[in-house]
Amino acid sequence: MADAIEKVSIIVSKGSLDGIYPGLIMANGARAEGMEANLFFTFFGLDAIHKKRHEHIKLATVGNPGLHLATWAGGLPGVSTLMTHYMEHRMGSLDIPSIPEFIEMIADTGAGLYACKASVDLFGLEKNDFIDQVNDIITVGEFYVLAAGGQIIFT
Amino acid sequence: MTTATIGTTDVELNDEGFFVHPEQWSEDMVPDLARREGIDELTADHWKVVRFMRSEYVSKGEGPTVRVLGKTSGVTIKALYQLFPKGPAKVAARIAGIPKPRGCI
Repeated sequence: MADAIEKVSIIVSKGSLDGIYPGLIMANGARAEGMEANLFFTFFGLDAIHKKRHEHIKLATVGNPGLHLATWAGGLPGVSTLMTHYMEHRMGSLDIPSIPEFIEMIADTGAGLYACKASVDLFGLEKNDFIDQVNDIITVGEFYVLAAGGQIIFT
Repeated sequence: MTTATIGTTDVELNDEGFFVHPEQWSEDMVPDLARREGIDELTADHWKVVRFMRSEYVSKGEGPTVRVLGKTSGVTIKALYQLFPKGPAKVAARIAGIPKPRGCI
């Protein structure tokens, strides 16, 4: 068997429902396998750890050909909300936690949660805007130091 | 696949260390199996989780994931990782003599 992966650092760069979940599932799964895991939220991915925004993450219904929905229909008022509710309902029935609950759970597994300093500055945010589980706001250089010796996954 | 001697019994383990034949397991093997996972002292909570894993497997045919353990075993996610730092569901499944839980979350 090839050498087992012992550490992963996962970058979450998108702020849509479908942009955030994969990174969370991979981080949680890494911890379940006994790996060390860190999550680094950058750009719109910061919404996943934003106190006021992480309960309102939406599915992208425009520019998302995977939905098999005409672009004009995806842009109609309420469609994104409706599709998000539908997806949340499906996820709930499979016992997939909501984003706020999932992030809290991942923090409880001992994974590290970090916000990207460049993005925090860009959006004029501060530590207070984020949920308490966020360990720190770090630079890209600090991220690489943190990620040393493991795999880096960009989502 | 390897054969391991747990206590005085030979059992078949797969490449990841899970029981190939869960029926070869018995509760008196638990301390020995735990030691193989680096757990020298089994607390009441270790036992609680291992017994829960086993009973879930017996009744449902598969072991629970960490999320399910956190919701239903009576031990929180935080505490589970303190008890089994190398992965609660995975390590407890090995100690409980059941296959690796297959849920993604």
